[in-house]
Amino acid sequence: MQLICPAGTPAALRDAVDLGADAVYCGFRDETNARNFPGLNFSREELEREIAYAHSRQVHVLVAINTFMRAGSEALWERAVDDAVRLGADALILADLGLIAYTAERHPQARRHLSVQAGAANADHIGFLVEAFGIKRAVLPRVLSLTEVAALTREVPCETEVFVFGGLCVMEEGRCSLSSYATGLSPNMHGVCSPASHVRYRKDGEAMVSMLGDFTINRFGAGEAAGYPTICKGRFTAEGRDGYVFEDPVSLDALAHLDTLHKAGVSALKIEGRQRGRAYVAQVVKEIRRRLQSGSGAADGAEALRRMSEGQRTTEGSYDRRWR
Amino acid sequence: MLPPILRLLATPLPLPLVQGMAQASLTHILREHPGLFDRLGTFAARPIAISPTDAPFDFTLVLARRSVRVTRRGATPPAYATRICGPIVLLLALAEGRLDGDAEFFGRHISIEGDMETALALRNAAESIPLDFVRDLAPPWRWAQRPGQAVLGAVRRSLLEREGVPCN
Repeated sequence: MQLICPAGTPAALRDAVDLGADAVYCGFRDETNARNFPGLNFSREELEREIAYAHSRQVHVLVAINTFMRAGSEALWERAVDDAVRLGADALILADLGLIAYTAERHPQARRHLSVQAGAANADHIGFLVEAFGIKRAVLPRVLSLTEVAALTREVPCETEVFVFGGLCVMEEGRCSLSSYATGLSPNMHGVCSPASHVRYRKDGEAMVSMLGDFTINRFGAGEAAGYPTICKGRFTAEGRDGYVFEDPVSLDALAHLDTLHKAGVSALKIEGRQRGRAYVAQVVKEIRRRLQSGSGAADGAEALRRMSEGQRTTEGSYDRRWR
Repeated sequence: MLPPILRLLATPLPLPLVQGMAQASLTHILREHPGLFDRLGTFAARPIAISPTDAPFDFTLVLARRSVRVTRRGATPPAYATRICGPIVLLLALAEGRLDGDAEFFGRHISIEGDMETALALRNAAESIPLDFVRDLAPPWRWAQRPGQAVLGAVRRSLLEREGVPCN
């Protein structure tokens, strides 16, 4: 199984390459990718230079162009595809049907991966995209159980890639409107879930209150580990009780299931976190590479990974979905 | 936390001396790493307050002007767009990319007030340059560089080890 690692900056890309990534995924500095944060991502010149660096070490670079095109501004997304191909990207990670069609038509030789943002969670959906647009690999949503991942991998006529560590999106990816509801900006159209421009933290005595736009998302008590200010991981009052309705502030850790995923025929393991720092990329890549090489889910580095996690807690998410 | 002896030694330092040292350090770092501005973009014009919780001074930076203003803890600092608070060793380790900002934030070791966009842009810009305080802040004179780096390196290693931060 390939290890697919995130890079938000050239420095993070080099760390990932040097520490054992088989491929690194990154994006341009604009809303064409789902991590459109201030100061993050790659200029064209940087991408060209870093692709050369990665290729010199036999590591692939995948370029995420995985937001949905805005009507009337399609040229921005099409130019991103053209440039990524021209600069030597080994694959494009795409979600928008129109953009996938454009890529298949203009750059038939370019390897096309289906982004998790496409929300393709069944064999018919993926099979159609493989047949119509020559998709080579589908990144599966984080709402499937291990059994479902295995069944889907058997059924679809392309490779599958799954998330094994990092931020856990529990929604229908590519279709979630929670961020848009609160801020007018979404990961799907603007590349930002809970955009920093709308996030505020304030102290309230010993507590810390997180706000997204006009909404209070959470209130963390003294010393309580914090999370991102996303509505899906906010604390709500429902039926007279306070708590997390959708999901807790927590990160995905499916490293205990590497063997199962391998046996299921999954081609690639993805680490979430292009918005994270170099220290995160280095720690996580090193640890997962070690486990892949040792062939065990040995938890020596589990504590270090937990400290890197949202809310300093991890979950196996839907992979271990026992309620169905 | 900063060793109490260092805090004790720093407290009586005259403000103009600390101001002069901070300004010289910032000027040198920005000259060595012009790439910082590329990622900061327009956020470079926004005032950023750095407030080490275990040191007696606050530092307010306006990177576009290449200026820093030092104030004593407790005094009214200049207006800021964003303020980043935390133990000084963690803040320096974050700037050098030794720690992950999100992880330190989740663990409540650092806190951020005000404009999050500026804080994110600063984090990402700092991550993208090879900031190394030992190399960047060593004395400029050739004869003093090696011993200066040795001393600064030993101090950094000792402080990082106290915090359990990898110092390789």
